[in-house]
Amino acid sequence: MILLHGRKVVPGIAEGEALVSHETISGWGGIDPAKGVIIERRHELFGVCFTGKILVFPGAKGSSGWSGFFQSTRLAGTAPLAMLFTNITTKVALGAVVTRVPSMTGFDRDPVEVISCGDWVRVDAGAGIVEIKPAE
Amino acid sequence: MKLTDDEKAMRDGAEGPAVAAAMDLLVRYGEALDCERLCDTRNVAGTMTQPSPAKAKLVAEYGWDKAYAVINLDSDEEFEVPGMKVPTCQLQHGFSDDSVGIAPYPKQYVELQSDAESFYGRKGVNILATCTPYQVGNLPVRGEHIAWMESSAVVYANSVLGARTNCEGGASTGAASVTGKIPCWGNHHEENRRGTHLIDVRVPVKSFLDWGMLGYFAGDLVQEERPVIVGDFGQPELVDLKHFGAAAASSGGVEMYHIPGVTPEAPTVEAAFGSAKLPESVHYGQAERRRMYELLNSQGDNTAVDFVLLGCPHASIDQIWRAARALDGRKLKAQLWLMVPRALKVVADRSGYTEIIEKAGGRVLSDSCPAMSRSAPPGTKVFATDSAKQAHYLPAILGIEAWFGTLEDCVNAAVTGRWTGEL
Repeated sequence: MILLHGRKVVPGIAEGEALVSHETISGWGGIDPAKGVIIERRHELFGVCFTGKILVFPGAKGSSGWSGFFQSTRLAGTAPLAMLFTNITTKVALGAVVTRVPSMTGFDRDPVEVISCGDWVRVDAGAGIVEIKPAE
Repeated sequence: MKLTDDEKAMRDGAEGPAVAAAMDLLVRYGEALDCERLCDTRNVAGTMTQPSPAKAKLVAEYGWDKAYAVINLDSDEEFEVPGMKVPTCQLQHGFSDDSVGIAPYPKQYVELQSDAESFYGRKGVNILATCTPYQVGNLPVRGEHIAWMESSAVVYANSVLGARTNCEGGASTGAASVTGKIPCWGNHHEENRRGTHLIDVRVPVKSFLDWGMLGYFAGDLVQEERPVIVGDFGQPELVDLKHFGAAAASSGGVEMYHIPGVTPEAPTVEAAFGSAKLPESVHYGQAERRRMYELLNSQGDNTAVDFVLLGCPHASIDQIWRAARALDGRKLKAQLWLMVPRALKVVADRSGYTEIIEKAGGRVLSDSCPAMSRSAPPGTKVFATDSAKQAHYLPAILGIEAWFGTLEDCVNAAVTGRWTGEL
């Protein structure tokens, strides 16, 4: 079991499988909210679905539509379970708020480096703790 | 968060339930940012009228007030939308009735948007309907705290105008418009506006194409941070900086840059960094320029071009005139759309530019763009553009191939149906 400490962005508890992106993610032009899938062609996760996953990523990039697109994933039922990100910006902060999923940043170690795709992750944003059970 | 007395009163309902919901969102958002306080703003650029599947469903089931509550205030409460408390404008949105029969775009969205304009217009939302509000009457002054979204407008407002805004979203601008408040975070603070990276331009940057490629390089290099550009370039015009910023906000998340001697917060390179100690510079030379050109052209194999897109961000009146000159007397094989702010379309119509473009077979369209509306001429497989931003986004959004080049390359492609652009 690996522990990460960080700060709450949106309070709440979630547990599930990690999906880790080493590249920043675009909202508008980067995801399809109807399907919960990354659609940026040159992205390492092109075609991958984040619905129901603990999404771990460095941060947001691109258009200010970011929050609106992630809000749409909430309304469409395709949202990730939680968001853990390295760099805070207004796009990702507002995006996490309107997606209404437990979210954290400001970690003692970079979650993108520590967590791998398929790891089992429990997020307690209010307590500022992430527990990681590495995949076999 | 520390709230002032007037902010506490708003949160507690003194100005009605919509304003209370707006203040609740601003507090949640401010806490997510770990921000201490809000600041006053009297200039909001957001989006309320843009159609989307979620909005269409909410409006059909519950009406416009509910759509605003859910999408623009992230609230599940029931209330009536009040008038805008501070000047607020609508940015670009979907295609409008002037595009019917040209842009394949759902008729129900055109109608939904027209309804939205009536609804929000009565609330005091200025329907500028462009990604470049600074071209058509919304020109904040240096030092002014504003709440804008649209990444290309945000970077222009911060860098070229010296106004202060973060890259806001639909909900934060929705809340700002009825409260006159926005989290005082990031770019609102002097110390967060200084340069972080020094880019030394070693290859002449003089054209619109070159400013776009330099912006694409800068964004890719600095990501969210703040580049300072020095070196070999001529005096940029509005359109050059419009293209530079849009490109830098596409390859990265640039919201602020400095060009010493050009942009207002950088009279000198030392002022741009707020220090006499400068970081080591990164060179932008022949090899980097070539690499950007190839990167922007890496999403095209097929040279048979069926669509040409100009005007991203929305064209200036000078760009409309230049396009008209380039198209004068020619006959197009491919479709060509030039995206413009509606207010400048009026000027283009009046000046006869629209007629020249239409005679060649091109179209001057307002309000939107193929990326915003996910709409290109039917059957488009390969498009060409003079915009680094569209070359970056449109292949993913529409699943088509892209070519990037000069206005002349694009017009030639539209005339011959073949891409022959070269650096």
